[in-house]
Amino acid sequence: MSDTIYRNGIFSANEWIILDDEADLPGDGKAMVSLDRFLELGGTAPEGLELGVVIRAGDKAERLVDHLAAVPVIAVDFPKFSDGRGYSSARLLREKFGYRGELRAIGDVLIDQIPFMIRCGIDSFEITHAPTRRALEEDRLNEVPIYLQPVGREGEVPLGTRPWARRRVA
Amino acid sequence: MYRYDEFDREFVLARVAQFSDQVRRRLAGDLTEEQFKPLRLMNGLYLQLHAYMLRVAVPYGTMNAVQMRKLAHIARKYDRGYGHFTTRQNIQFNWPRLDETPEILSELAEVEMHAIQTSGNCIRNVTADHFAGAAADEIADPRVYAEILRQWSSLHPEFSFLPRKFKIAITGAPHDRAAVQVHDIGLQLARNENGETGFIVYVGGGLGRTPMVGRKVRDFLPEADLLAYTEAILRVYNLYGRRDNKYKARIKILVHETGLEELKADIEREFEAIRGGILTLPKDEVDRIEAYFAAPAFKVPGDERLFDAAIETMPGFADFARQNLNAHRQPGYTSLTISLKPIGGAPGDASAEQMEVVADLAEKYGHNEIRVSHEQNLVLPHVLKSDVPAVYQVLKEHGLAEANAGLVTDIIACPGMDYCALATARSIPVAQRISERFGTPERQKEIGDLKIKISGCINACGHHHVGHIGILGVEKKGKEFYQITLGGSADEKSSIGEIVGRGFSYEEVVDAVETVVDTYLNIRNGEEEDFLQAYRRVGEAPFKEALYGTQ
Ligand code: HEM
Ligand code: SF4
Repeated sequence: MSDTIYRNGIFSANEWIILDDEADLPGDGKAMVSLDRFLELGGTAPEGLELGVVIRAGDKAERLVDHLAAVPVIAVDFPKFSDGRGYSSARLLREKFGYRGELRAIGDVLIDQIPFMIRCGIDSFEITHAPTRRALEEDRLNEVPIYLQPVGREGEVPLGTRPWARRRVA
Repeated sequence: MYRYDEFDREFVLARVAQFSDQVRRRLAGDLTEEQFKPLRLMNGLYLQLHAYMLRVAVPYGTMNAVQMRKLAHIARKYDRGYGHFTTRQNIQFNWPRLDETPEILSELAEVEMHAIQTSGNCIRNVTADHFAGAAADEIADPRVYAEILRQWSSLHPEFSFLPRKFKIAITGAPHDRAAVQVHDIGLQLARNENGETGFIVYVGGGLGRTPMVGRKVRDFLPEADLLAYTEAILRVYNLYGRRDNKYKARIKILVHETGLEELKADIEREFEAIRGGILTLPKDEVDRIEAYFAAPAFKVPGDERLFDAAIETMPGFADFARQNLNAHRQPGYTSLTISLKPIGGAPGDASAEQMEVVADLAEKYGHNEIRVSHEQNLVLPHVLKSDVPAVYQVLKEHGLAEANAGLVTDIIACPGMDYCALATARSIPVAQRISERFGTPERQKEIGDLKIKISGCINACGHHHVGHIGILGVEKKGKEFYQITLGGSADEKSSIGEIVGRGFSYEEVVDAVETVVDTYLNIRNGEEEDFLQAYRRVGEAPFKEALYGTQ
């Protein structure tokens, strides 16, 4: 199964590889590297290679701030589904620093967490958990479609009697 | 009190449907227990010694008669006929079956109740002063802000997988009845020199293994910034709180390890970035919510000669009137504490029948309002003084008239070995024995205000660290041992109790408590000086000597 990337309602192939810090940079293609390595490279890839970044839990997303306009994809790693640091990193990237490229959840990505991830600005998901894949294919997001707090995500519709606070899924 | 509108209703129903689907997938094997656990915890469902335990939210401890009757119904139909009111102003049922929980939640939803965020590593049910909206000394009703925080924190997309649980408490009066300084965030309503409403903010309080009193991070946070500032605290905690060791994962450890000043700077930086944005609380929104909590239509004071006569003639009433009533801001009214601490009983337990009695009383005499206090009692916040004798009479018929609010037998105890999988010792039976030892009205009255709190293990659910006398059950070589701490307190002058010396066996512990109490009676400067004041004046030495002799 190589079409592991769920984005905009469909599964497609993962075009990105994730490089270990020790591995040599390939001559072409698309590669994601750690935040440290990305910054060492000054955020620029050799001609022919596209470079993305992996934000691991514990990484400070703000270190990327000068490079955001040029990064096509940032992967936020969830080492365990119960480790929620990635949600804050995602919101910081989107809402505080204005990142507009692809924001991808990788790691332990499960169906019950995906609605939260979406609200934090994540828009693509690497899915390896079979029941999660099945649920997405069958369009069973199982989310509570009313939100009781505003976040900075675009497209959420202010709602009803307390439009200041409440939103509905767009 | 707060009423759902169509969207709140849709929200809770959708949450029930979502959880039902999660239970279904768990039973079908699509979710492992490990994956299911945080989901069920976020819906108040624990796996305990004998069965699952369901914790139902009573937001800021406020409910009405219909809701209380529903709890009674659930106790009867799905449990063994009783429920257990907790120090978090919630109610726990100790015997529900997993496959029945969706049905229970549907029943709760019918009366605008739920179990959302009563456990798990998320922002828990926000707690508030149980005399809110009634107390004579109140600056503003804390439930308005508790409700705003409840909405903001419900299924928060960023903060549902925190390093650890997160508790917020809020008090509206200078006399803190909500123990705000031992919560992750404690808010104390205040007014600045211009008469504007805002909050004194404490961060990093908590009990458990490493008890700490919260540190003040703001002398005055303007009302409009409440959510933005809270979100800033949570973001810093979510990113930097420790996740390698669950005993070091609360925000109190982050405060301790990072240092207050640095952490404060982190919070302020995050706050600056979002202040004035989407989380700014509009004044008209506060007013809207406030309208939900408008006082009931108070009646004209009744004939208080009835009250005065009952003091003279009705057996036990004078004690009850002295101990279980709290000054009300409305002339002719009082707030009435219904003790769930009958002498020799399990603290916080109420039978289905008792719940129904309280519901009836609330409807007949209490403007349909009931509160759960964090001291595991119930409160009728608005009762005409002239009606108190009638209420007392009914309470008495149902074993609910114990006149011990705030006294030595008003003990807080966690479930301990009787129900809890983590317990290292019994706590309920210790509470029962202490209660029996000091149970006569004369003895209780002689001793005066005294808070005893008991936990069955180091997790401190019974708040022993902040008991004037705290008792912690531990296990030593296969036997239960009880450590005694003295001088704890959870009010506006919070302090963590100090361990007085080696522990006592299950058999000895009640005698030890009595020794402490007798020592106090001997050294106090008259009846006016309560236990805590006396302890703070003399320190632990005389207690130590009485317990262990001169060493
Ligand atoms: C019977 C099952 C229960 C279990 C398994 C349980 C488990 C725990 C654990 C593990 C902690 C420590 C958390 C930490 O330090 O981070 C804790 C703390 C606490 N629990 Fe419970 N608990 C139970 C029942 C209760 C009950 C019945 C109450 C209320 C009467 C309660 C109220 C609390 C409070 C107030 C704390 C202290 C919070 C703090 O550290 O600030 N728990 N509980
Ligand atoms: S203090 Fe310990 S024994 Fe008591 S309820 Fe909490 S975890 Fe259980």
